[in-house]
Amino acid sequence: MSDSHPTSQAHPHPNYFKIWGTLVILLIVSVLGPLIGIPLLTLMTAFGIAVVKALMVAAYFMHLNVEKKIIWYILLICLTLMFLFFFVIAPDIMNHEGTNWHSIGSAVKNSDVVHH
Amino acid sequence: MSSCTIPIANTRSVTGIRTAKLATWWIIGSEIVIFGGLLVSYLLLRLHNLDWAHDAAHTNTWAGAFNTFVLLTSSYFVVLAHQAAEERNGAQAYRYLWYTIGGGLVFMLVKAYEYGTKIHHGITLSSGVFWSFYYTATGLHGCHVLAGMIIMAFVAHAAKKGENLHRVECIGIYWHFVDVVWIFLFPLLYIAK
Repeated sequence: MSDSHPTSQAHPHPNYFKIWGTLVILLIVSVLGPLIGIPLLTLMTAFGIAVVKALMVAAYFMHLNVEKKIIWYILLICLTLMFLFFFVIAPDIMNHEGTNWHSIGSAVKNSDVVHH
Repeated sequence: MSSCTIPIANTRSVTGIRTAKLATWWIIGSEIVIFGGLLVSYLLLRLHNLDWAHDAAHTNTWAGAFNTFVLLTSSYFVVLAHQAAEERNGAQAYRYLWYTIGGGLVFMLVKAYEYGTKIHHGITLSSGVFWSFYYTATGLHGCHVLAGMIIMAFVAHAAKKGENLHRVECIGIYWHFVDVVWIFLFPLLYIAK
């Protein structure tokens, strides 16, 4: 079948090797950072860099930086649903106690972890 | 099929985006909710159960890091395949797509090694909630890698003949998403100990 569709869209292509190199350097930092053992540094290097890497892949490899806005709307709707799921149930899951209830199991387990 | 008989679904586009590509983005949208729901559930329970760190200590960080490197590299190859397809170089796109499939194969072999080692040590799906999440999340992700490899082989076969080159971009978008999911799975399961 021919590929000459009326909706054919070509993308500008940046230097993908440079982007790949940056991603690999970020990966090395995200692995080595937590080895230092500082919790805040672990959070920043492991999870902060994961967000940066994901954004770089989305922007340059998936071409979201030049993609039509409707793609952004589709993804944002789905991300909103996901975060809605998180923030609606998070208070119930995260709390160890509430009105007329408390979680004995989690309190025991977490105190064990602290004592170890 | 000649160019005058292109299926209408491939040419009709209110958004100005090729239907196949738009459908791929909708799949990605639904996958965000599937993987997002799984990862958010994990995050909620992990923050609530600090003792999971003892279980997480048994995951192999270096194997996870190597697999991240493999997926990032395969993403690089598939974007080169996309570039080749836009330049209407089917043979080049075919070659890069097979490099990507090779990357997927290496990823699956490392994963199989990890699973084998853990099962050998008696760590299975029912060993605890952490391990249920570990096997479910990495297993579901592995299924996506496998599906991507199979579809990519079909796309590569057509690309070699210069047919349906627009599909190279679609499978590329899917593959990058699989890469993005792993980028988040890696710190959650392998680094947070």
